[in-house]
Amino acid sequence: MQVNQISVFLENKSGRLAAVTKLLQRYNVNIRALSIADTSDFGILRLIVDQPQLAFNALKSEGFSVSMTEVIGVEMPDRPGGLAGVLEILEKYEFNIEYLYAFIGKADDKALVICRVERVEDAVKCLEDNGITVLTGEKLYEL
Amino acid sequence: MIWNEKCECMPVEERKELQLERLKATVENVFFNVPHYRKAMQYAGVEPDDIQTLEDIRKLPFTVKDDLRDNYPYGMLAVPLSEIVRIHSSSGTTGKPTVVGYTRNDINNWAELMARSLVSGGATRNDVIHNAYGYGLFTGGLGIHHGAERLGASVIPISGGNTKRQVMIMRDFGSTVLTCTPSYALVIAETMEEMGISKDEMKLKHGIFGAEPWSENMRLEIEKKLGISAVDIYGLSEVLGPGVAIECQCKNGLHVQEDHFIIEVIDPDTGEPVPEGEKGEIVFTSLMKEGLPIIRYRTRDIASIITGSCPCGRTSVRMSRVSGRTDDMLIIRGVNIFPSQVESILLDIGQAEPHYLLVVDRVNNLDVLTVKVEVSESLFAFDEVRRLEQLGKDISAALQSGLGISVKVQLVEPKTLERSEGKAKRVVDNRKF
Repeated sequence: MQVNQISVFLENKSGRLAAVTKLLQRYNVNIRALSIADTSDFGILRLIVDQPQLAFNALKSEGFSVSMTEVIGVEMPDRPGGLAGVLEILEKYEFNIEYLYAFIGKADDKALVICRVERVEDAVKCLEDNGITVLTGEKLYEL
Repeated sequence: MIWNEKCECMPVEERKELQLERLKATVENVFFNVPHYRKAMQYAGVEPDDIQTLEDIRKLPFTVKDDLRDNYPYGMLAVPLSEIVRIHSSSGTTGKPTVVGYTRNDINNWAELMARSLVSGGATRNDVIHNAYGYGLFTGGLGIHHGAERLGASVIPISGGNTKRQVMIMRDFGSTVLTCTPSYALVIAETMEEMGISKDEMKLKHGIFGAEPWSENMRLEIEKKLGISAVDIYGLSEVLGPGVAIECQCKNGLHVQEDHFIIEVIDPDTGEPVPEGEKGEIVFTSLMKEGLPIIRYRTRDIASIITGSCPCGRTSVRMSRVSGRTDDMLIIRGVNIFPSQVESILLDIGQAEPHYLLVVDRVNNLDVLTVKVEVSESLFAFDEVRRLEQLGKDISAALQSGLGISVKVQLVEPKTLERSEGKAKRVVDNRKF
């Protein structure tokens, strides 16, 4: 039910990001959301795509160091305080957030955030118990 | 100045007779007292009586570092351990270090050879010798130390590190001779600049530098920055330590202490001697060592022999500066490093089939080792930046403790390090010697 995110280890040098996106194009994989965490020497590219397993296999076969990580897709009202409300719940129940980033496509008056926490299952249940909508992978990939 | 005119300026023919006499005694000694040599000689079909001329040395089998390692720790000693008064050791490669034992006479002879070397480098009994070679298992610190005491100079056993304090002590104690690695001499010069201390505030006159390769340009730079005359000293623990060969003030090659060692230059592939004056691997045989006599030790260092008389009056042959290695050993800040050491440390960390590259640069006159490590699937089992950074730090710490020098680790993508047919390229050395 959770969302599978693809992470790729990239050296901090020109052309690396282009190489990944070109490869995904060749396999007709569509990127739904992305973020890059970088240091001076290397970065980690994180991707939500419409076909995670295909993208994972493709990148792996091309020699990239790639891993699959479970993340949560959280829906919230698209207005001031929307994200704050979600984070308040996570903080209250002591879920530590590793990172989060916004989803590009969105549904009407809702905003979407991709969120990586420890204890994914528990976090999903906690959010849902508190009236927050958590999107399944299937739904998110098709948005 | 010459410390021991009788030995250092001995007529060449007379010295050859002395060498032959001592070679015969050494060969007989190892044949009867060191099982390794007896076996190796029997295998080569040579007996002590076969050594009748100096040229007969070529009948003897070579000794390599692995022989010392295979006989770890005490198998190569020619005397019982009770006769050994000092044990040094050189850095290990993938496994065991090599162990070198000295008898009381060995230490005595070493002090003599080092006293000759210090005098050749310009020191006298009136000097204050600032000895910044490392004290410990490494032979540099104590080797120089005993020579300085034999000479009667005042030696400051400062060892390495804490450069600002070293500069202060050099100035305040009035050090006149500096002994350390050439790269550290430049670090000292730069630290003086940083501290705003001019060379005129120092009393330095001479420097005796070794334990790593350096160039004529580096000599000129050191001499200019410190306002001294600098000479090169050569040695290796398996043969003795510092003091095997030393430059004089003519600075045209290092005088080999021929009454104690025989030098040969061979083609590393065939083992045959190279034509006179040509470069090859230098090979040493000890003539006076009791604890660890060594026969035809292949140093893996590349140099040539300079013949002809030297204006200084010493009659021994000279060897050129060491210009390279026949194996993949790197000398970084005076520490011997083999790529295979890095590999075994990476394996220990749990990286199967590590792909790595050692890159050596000289930044501000100090050697910097960067190890590039490919981030394989097994290493990238998570996607948090801090864990990757931690991984880099863990690798760096493991390499530092295993190699004994600080190492910068750079994580790179899989399959980005060059793979050549057969043997992977493991080293890029950007230093210019």
